[in-house]
Amino acid sequence: MKLKYFAWVRERIGKAEETVEPPAEVRTVGELIGWLAARDDGYAHAFEKPTVIRAAIDHAHVKPDAAISGAREIAFFPPMTGG
Amino acid sequence: MATAATIRIQEADFDVAQEIAALSKGRTDIGAVVSFGGICRGSEQGEPIAALTLEHYPGMAEAEIGRHADEALARWPLQGLTIIHRFGRIAPGENIVLVVTASAHRQAAFEAAEFLMDYLKTNAPFWKREESARGTSWIEAQGHDDAAAARWTKS
Repeated sequence: MKLKYFAWVRERIGKAEETVEPPAEVRTVGELIGWLAARDDGYAHAFEKPTVIRAAIDHAHVKPDAAISGAREIAFFPPMTGG
Repeated sequence: MATAATIRIQEADFDVAQEIAALSKGRTDIGAVVSFGGICRGSEQGEPIAALTLEHYPGMAEAEIGRHADEALARWPLQGLTIIHRFGRIAPGENIVLVVTASAHRQAAFEAAEFLMDYLKTNAPFWKREESARGTSWIEAQGHDDAAAARWTKS
């Protein structure tokens, strides 16, 4: 699946997008955050406060308990500050 | 005929008067037009800023604003709706966002415009970074914006 990162999540990870294949036991958005955070210091820094992180699956906001199965694109970003 | 919203996510500036005129031109069923324009301030938390840079999530920005536009059209009797949100570098005094609502009567136009702005603030995937003499930093989300959006949730 394709992952996209925005704002300071993107800066801390050091890339705007990537394709990953998480193991089968990673079933939800929250579990995906945990799996990513263990990859290296950049990811750990980006996801150090998981409750702050917002996520979207295929362009729609989702909660941490959302299932990732079948997702084409998952995005992680800070709370939005548009408008 | 169902009202269709005009939604544009763009880097270029827009002309507020022209957008309002485009919505109401040649119509005799519109009795009220409300517009909200968001403009880049020259200071944040009392500190002068040189500019804002808005990052956005292409694709989702259009989809998310489209969902809220559809909800506004379902909840209020609107004859017209235009939403424009800019991205990229925006200097103090420049336009950031525009919401224009048109209806037969003012209450629907006022309420729908306020509803849309409250949701744009908290749900549209845009992030502001400020440039100042001290460097650049991401602007933090405000709790009162979440509270403003929450009051539109139907119980």
